[in-house]
Amino acid sequence: MTFPAAVISVRNVSKRFGSTLALDGVSLEVGRGEMIALIGPSGSGKSTLLRTVAGLATIDAGGGTVTVFGERLQERGRLMDGFPRARRRIGFIFQQFNLVGRLSLFTNVALGSLGRIGFWRGLLGRWPIEVRTAAMAALVRVGVADRAGQRANTLSGGQQQRGAIARTLVQQAEVVLADEPVASLDPVSARNVMDILKDLNRVDGMTILVTLHQVDYALRYCDRVVALKAGCIVYDGPTSGLRQDALVNIYGPEFQDAF
Amino acid sequence: MRQLGMEFVRPNFGEYRLYITDMWLTVQMALWGTALALLIAIPLGLAGARNLTPTWIQQPVRRLLDVLRSVPDLVIGAIFVVAVGLGPFAGVMALAVNTGGVLGKLFSEAVEAIDRAPVEGVRATGAAPLHEIVWGVLPQVAPLWTSYALYRFESNARSATVLSLIGAGGIGQPLFDSINSFAFDQTSAIVIVIVVAVSGIDLLSQVIRGRLL
Repeated sequence: MTFPAAVISVRNVSKRFGSTLALDGVSLEVGRGEMIALIGPSGSGKSTLLRTVAGLATIDAGGGTVTVFGERLQERGRLMDGFPRARRRIGFIFQQFNLVGRLSLFTNVALGSLGRIGFWRGLLGRWPIEVRTAAMAALVRVGVADRAGQRANTLSGGQQQRGAIARTLVQQAEVVLADEPVASLDPVSARNVMDILKDLNRVDGMTILVTLHQVDYALRYCDRVVALKAGCIVYDGPTSGLRQDALVNIYGPEFQDAF
Repeated sequence: MRQLGMEFVRPNFGEYRLYITDMWLTVQMALWGTALALLIAIPLGLAGARNLTPTWIQQPVRRLLDVLRSVPDLVIGAIFVVAVGLGPFAGVMALAVNTGGVLGKLFSEAVEAIDRAPVEGVRATGAAPLHEIVWGVLPQVAPLWTSYALYRFESNARSATVLSLIGAGGIGQPLFDSINSFAFDQTSAIVIVIVVAVSGIDLLSQVIRGRLL
């Protein structure tokens, strides 16, 4: 597959936690507007890969590089000077939502604007009218506008995750990295969240990289699948090319029993 | 001995106007002392938290807080009396320094116990480090910080009584005078005034906490 503009380019990245090698020389190119599922068993390095792309984790020193929007984000195990600028354009969705529980859902969503509005306005929470409108519009779009004034920790998991998506909308992110966005949700909420992500991809042309435990979601929602196993990419190609034997190779022989 | 006991159960409120004015002065000392202490404790409490600052900042800040906290407020008060003269201001400064040390340590520990995840959520939006603190850290520690500060306000009202010993003024003045002159009926009355004031502060802090949490 060739894409004219690679928005994310990961080259030969390794990351070691103590004695375990979470990423072992991983290279990945992501084109603009793609929706990619990252699959693989627990501990295969999916989350670590996403976190290095967002600059939330540093890569190991060595030849590895992470480039986002043509700008070098990480090199030789260090974050580059321009990384906050690049990070602003990358939205991140976490398995545990990572909203600030004691703040209202609206405030949590408005926080998405921190990277692009003035420093003092952001510090004092004086959201510009444009941000307030955008926050409400985002909440309407993900379907939780009626909860805007409620504290985030009083909401259900599905509602919180939709709020987190709204936050990336206010952020005006061009790339959304979603780390197990549906792993803590019930099936109905999970489908709802995946539908919203798909919609962002299709309607807004957002580039989406999502790690998933459930292979069936990957098959249903994504065009391209990247599979990791023990820190190495073992499959990278169209969803249609992912056959049963490839999945058995990724997840081990128990996979057949599980499905 | 029996007569002594009898005087205690028959409080003499003859000078109640003086007691109330002095008690009010003591409460004001506690209030200003705590307010100034917050100015010390908030920045140092954040800087002294292991999960926010590198060790070369965190450790010296903690040691500084140890110093502020371990020097008795009577000693600090005496120093300020020499520096700024007799009066409530010396008492206020003594309370501020001591309470600043205590609250700074408690604030740091509260920050060290927060959940990292929401902070990372704020970070991922491309926010500046100070934004992360204001939006990710402070909402999480606000209830605990408020409780600590209100409790210290209450205990400062008691400490401020003792600070009268070094000439800071306040309710401690008539209290010690009455003890020294064996006027225990007055001592008893003053103690009742203090108890009522401290209870009042406690009720007030409950209302404030209820509003904030």
